[in-house]
Formats: sequence, structure tokens, C-alpha cells
Amino acid sequence: MGQVIIRDFDIPADDFLAAGEASSAVRKLLSQLGVAPDRIKRTAIAMYEAEINAVIHGHGGKAHVEIRGDKITIVISDKGPGIEDLELAMQEGYSTAPDSIREMGFGAGMGLPNIKKHADELVINTEKGKGTAVTITVYF
Amino acid sequence: MEQIYFHSVTLDKDKCRGCTNCIKHCPTEAIRVRNGKAVIINERCIDCGECIRICPYHAKKAVTDTFEAIRDYEYKIALPAPSLYGQFGPSYTRERILKGLLGLGFDQVFEVARAAEIVTMATQKYLSNPDIKKPLISSACPAVVRLIQVRFPSLIDRLIQIKSPMEVAAALAKNEAMEKGIPADRIGAFFISPCAAKVTSVKAPYENSRSDVDGVLAIKDIYVPLLEMMKKQKETVDIQLDLSGSVGVSWAGSGGESSALKEGRYIAVHGIRNVNAILEQTVKESLEDIDFIEALACPEGCLGGPLVAENPFVAKANLRNEATRAPEGIRQAPLGYDQQYIWESNVEYRPILKLDDDMLKALEKMHKIDGLTEELPGLDCGACGAPSCRALAEDIVMGNAVLTDCIVKLREKVDELESE
Repeated sequence: MGQVIIRDFDIPADDFLAAGEASSAVRKLLSQLGVAPDRIKRTAIAMYEAEINAVIHGHGGKAHVEIRGDKITIVISDKGPGIEDLELAMQEGYSTAPDSIREMGFGAGMGLPNIKKHADELVINTEKGKGTAVTITVYF
Repeated sequence: MEQIYFHSVTLDKDKCRGCTNCIKHCPTEAIRVRNGKAVIINERCIDCGECIRICPYHAKKAVTDTFEAIRDYEYKIALPAPSLYGQFGPSYTRERILKGLLGLGFDQVFEVARAAEIVTMATQKYLSNPDIKKPLISSACPAVVRLIQVRFPSLIDRLIQIKSPMEVAAALAKNEAMEKGIPADRIGAFFISPCAAKVTSVKAPYENSRSDVDGVLAIKDIYVPLLEMMKKQKETVDIQLDLSGSVGVSWAGSGGESSALKEGRYIAVHGIRNVNAILEQTVKESLEDIDFIEALACPEGCLGGPLVAENPFVAKANLRNEATRAPEGIRQAPLGYDQQYIWESNVEYRPILKLDDDMLKALEKMHKIDGLTEELPGLDCGACGAPSCRALAEDIVMGNAVLTDCIVKLREKVDELESE
């Protein structure tokens, strides 16, 4: 079976700089485990985008990470408003982010498409008014 | 061939008191205190010089060549780094400094600032290629290149593969000398350096198979003799000197390299921790609207190098003065052909953090490290000789330390034995 390494992180609301910390910590863990650089990079990008989404749309949230011998699974969950139209949200350039966020260089409508591009598997569970959980898997 | 384990930064054991200052400040956790003395883990060291700056006992030093080394060569070339001009007040002009170097026994001076202008032009061309993924990262700072090599393998292809101004200057100066009919083996080119990492990159270059630089002299070692020489010489400069423009001179400070590029969006970051943070963002592709990153490991750039003589902020004022006096912009005419400035070899990922070659064994080890980290007090006091409790846990699992290196754990154990 092999060991499973588990990590949990809080994603604080309205703090874009702190939002990158969890994905940086995961990047370091994967380097220690000897995962190939391109897989580490894809993981870091996908996780970072999901963290940023939780900050922008979800009033912060949590990241749960499980690393096994063959893959990493990351669940980013928030108690935000949920995604109204998932199909639309997956389209490049579609965004519901307010202008204040866009002015900071975020909210360009590339978040979910970018996660999809870098993850091997992406599962989104969302419920209006309850929140969203994004599950990202990258195989090593 | 790259000699992986050569380093300029070394320890003077007699001066080391085994305190925790350096282990706490090393950005790659490359130092441990063992048996009361600091030990540098060679494969982790990137020669950034942070430990040289922080050590209160001056026990960390950079190995450079002594001035005597120039006597091994019949024809001696001085390659002053632009930061040398920041070391002296306004009455010691750049012309006087260069004349002073000749007075010290060099036969020729070739400003590295001139080569910096050539590198600027080459970089402008490199950046204009629309097919290259941006942001591109300057490779002028060897400590940053090493940091990318050990920590950011996916950014290796973002490094601008143009030789450093030091290497370009050495090659051009030697060509000039050979055109005068001097045989190559009698020419010695010496870099006058603010930087410890440059010593390493001369001995173990990543851009060439062999460096064109024959020796590296520390600015702080040459400072006093040079000042004395300038005082002795007439203030008027009666010799013909090829001088760079303001662009080349400004390379010494943070922002100098990038502001010369004119076009595109750039970041100029300095200080190794700040560089680390920017690279961390670059990996996650959150800086894709930036074209160019100038990253210098030392605070205020090369002016803050560990081998300088003057305070970097004072040096900045001096340098600004010289940049204003210099002809505006780039003075150096394009020399040679483009390809001659491109790296001949490449840097490779050096996975220094890896716990084991076998992923399953690495997971086992990480699990043990997690357990030990929980068990340790979490003070990160450094008294065990490792920079943090987590680092000690790693050392224990890797077989380089024991649990009772932790003084809190040791005390618990003593208490246990006493109560038995």
C-alpha cells in the first residue's frame, strides 16, 4: 500500500499573498518526495488557481491534501455562494469576479479552465448558497 | 565538466563559535552546527553570501585569489565590476579608478560595464522573440541561477541563456590582447569582484566548459591599495580609456539591468528571500504579464555584495554620481556575432531536497519526519544545530542527527532517567 502523507491548510479570506502559501508548501513536499518537476509544476499551478478562487469567490476556505505513491489529490472547499452555471464557469474568459478583484490582476475568467488544463482529473461539487469543493488529482 | 562541490563560501573554524545566526539565515538550509562548529552542506550551498553578511564573528568567508596571483601572467588584464565605482566618493572618478588599477600593475583594464552593455543589447534581442515563454529571468546573478537549479527546476527554461558580463568582458579583453600579438597563455584576466558566487562560477562555470576569467580579486582586498595608488597619482587622467555609457555603469545596482531594456514590463527584485518569493509566484504562472525578471541575490544588487568595501546605500549614491557623469545610454558598439554570447552548456536540475530515489521509501521517510516533527517542541530554537525542528527531524531520518540533539528532548530524557 505505502504511506499516505496528509496535509490540511486554512485559506484565509481576502488575502491573496497568504493564498499561495499552501501550494508553495505542497511544492516543497513533492520536491522532497522526488516527484518529476513538470508534475510538481502542474500541481502547484492547479492548486494555486483553486486557492485563489476560494479567496475571490468563497470567502476563504480549506485545502486538504493527500499524497500517495502514484498521485496527489487536493480538495479545496469553501462555504461561498456556489457556482451558478458550471458549464459557463468552465469557459475561458467567463468570470463573475467584481471589478475590484480584476483590478488586482485576478478574476480574468481563466481559473477553472486553467485548473482543468493542469490537472489530470478535476471534479467540482457545488451547491448554490452552500459552497464549492474542487477536487484536483495529478498522477506522478 | 561541472565540479558540483566547489564553493567559494567557506568556514574559518577558529573564528566560529557555533552560534545559530548562520543556520537561521541560510535560504537553502545548507548549514548545520555540529560539535560546536558550523558545517556547510556543499550540495545545498548556492554561494549567496548571506552567512558571510550575518556572521557576527566573521567566521564565514569567500575564498578569492590574492593580488600576487596576477604575477603568474605576463600580460595582466583587470576586469572591474561596475560596483567598484560605487566604493569611492565623488573626487575619485571612474577614470581615476581605472588609471589606479593600471598603476597597481595591470597592463590593461576592460570595464565589465562595457560587456554589460553588450549583454543588454543581446537581451533586448532575446526578449523580442515572440515564441519564448515569458517572463524570462536574468542569469546575471550566479546565486540566483543556483537557486533556480536546486529549488525551481521548472524555471530553468526561463533563464536567459546569455553569458554574464564578466565572461563577455574576459573574452573580449583577451581577444584585444591577442590582436596585439600577445600569446593566449601569457594573458591573465582578473575580475575585481563584489561577489562570492562569481568565484564559484569561474571555477565551476555553468555557461561555458571553461571560464575565460583566470582569477577573482575581492573588491575589499583591493580597496586600500587602490585608494593609496589613486592618492599618489595625478588627478588628471592623461590616458586614453574606452568607457561604457550610463547603462553599463548602472548595472551594479538593483534596477540597472532591467531599466536599460526600455521595452516591456519588468520586475527588479533584490535580496535572496525576495527573489525566492518572486520565483515562487513565477512557478505558479501568476506573473505571466511580466516580460523580464531581474533577480539579484544581494540587497541593493551587486552593490550589496559580500565582498564590497562600502555600505551599499552610500555606494548607491556614489554610483548614481558616476552614472550621471557617464555618456547617456549605451556607448558600446555591438561587437562580435550573436551566437558568441549564448551559453555553450546548460544548467541541470539538482534535486537537493529529495529524501530517497525510491518514491515509496521517500513517503515512508516523510511520514517518519512528520511524526518526529510532532514530537519535537516546535521552538525552532536552533540549539540542536539545525535551523528548525522540522529540519532536525529530517536530519534524524536521514541519519545525520539523533533525537537527543534537541536540548528539550535531552532534558526530558535526563529527567526520566533520574526518576527511575
